[in-house]
Amino acid sequence: MAVGKEIRTKIASIKNTQKITRAMEMVAASKMRKTKDRMQATRPYSKQIGRIIKHLAHANPEYKHSYLIKRDVKRIGMIIISSDRGLCGGLNSNLFRRTLSQLAEWDKAGIEVEVSTIGTKATVFFSTLKKVQLVGQISKLGDTPHLHDIAGIIRLMLDEYEQGKIDELHVVSNEFVNTMTQRPTIEKLLPVVTEEIEEKLGGHWDYIYEPDAKEVLDHLLTRYIESKVYQGLVENNACEQAARMIAMKSASDNAGNLIGELQLIYNKARQAAITQEISEIVGGAAAV
Amino acid sequence: MVMTVHVDIVSAEKEIFSGAAEMVFAPAEMGEVGIAPRHAPMITRLNPGEVRVKVSATESQPYFISGGILEVQPHLVTILADTAIRARDIDEAAALQAKARAEEALADKSGKVDYATAQAQLAQAIMQLRTLDRLRKRGG
Repeated sequence: MAVGKEIRTKIASIKNTQKITRAMEMVAASKMRKTKDRMQATRPYSKQIGRIIKHLAHANPEYKHSYLIKRDVKRIGMIIISSDRGLCGGLNSNLFRRTLSQLAEWDKAGIEVEVSTIGTKATVFFSTLKKVQLVGQISKLGDTPHLHDIAGIIRLMLDEYEQGKIDELHVVSNEFVNTMTQRPTIEKLLPVVTEEIEEKLGGHWDYIYEPDAKEVLDHLLTRYIESKVYQGLVENNACEQAARMIAMKSASDNAGNLIGELQLIYNKARQAAITQEISEIVGGAAAV
Repeated sequence: MVMTVHVDIVSAEKEIFSGAAEMVFAPAEMGEVGIAPRHAPMITRLNPGEVRVKVSATESQPYFISGGILEVQPHLVTILADTAIRARDIDEAAALQAKARAEEALADKSGKVDYATAQAQLAQAIMQLRTLDRLRKRGG
């Protein structure tokens, strides 16, 4: 029967799509578990280095590092972390929207902005923006990024800071709240802000620095910034997989609904065709 | 009772050791150091080498690290280990590469962006077609 051939092909094609989205959902779910583990594995390091930085704020070093000194803000550097691939719901666009509103604010205040991007999506997006200058990018780091992969881009921004080309450094990435929620965040890295003082380390004291304060602090603060950016990266990875899992789940569900609707239309059309045929036959018989 | 000091060894990618120890030996830049409990506060860089944690008089655990930072507080020793051997000039080279890639992305603007916008437009067109299709099917 020729009835509803288009509908049937449509149903078949949606079923194929559904198979793909369902497979992607499952892949994302298993990857999410791994990326979440990795995210948790980086926590001890950032906790420890954060503690050392806090101790350092209590010490009375004879040498003040430039990363700890506030400057008048004329130009801001940003490291923007996005995913490499799409099909992960509004993850990247939410992040970019949040960034754009921040950029607009800075623009009003007459502050210039330059960015470095991690991930293909951010690179494509920010290379088209006229207001910001793209100075560095790295992408295709895969699901298991290593700290030394992003060392170059961080060095680049730190050099800009040391040369006085930028007065602040921010990192933009998604924060993993839970599987359903990812929150775009912008965090200030430089100058290093040491928040509330928890531990009591009274008295006037300072570290013994070997070989000397400048080199050690330079090294330590660089590692601190690196660990912050690295944590943002692994967290963003976990966000990506979670967002993709949710997006693919709703895509599969939508495909199911669509198939149901089309099936109904198809059945109605088929029934209408049969009724019409019967009435034609009956009509023909009556005429004879 | 023997005095102990709390030791944490972590790398950016995982936690390596956490617990009490009688003494810690580490390859500091100026030569190997041994840290006993109540050592004065100190920060130093570490060379690639072996860190030994003396857990008890008879047992000590060795860990290989590829450089890092050692922080000493009187009751706390923290070792931040690097995951790979790092040198400033290698980082500088990587920085230059990152810069070059950015320039590439900017130069390649037309091609890449057209691709991205085209993709967006295509997705939009497909959505519109699908809605139209459904409306037509429902009406007819």
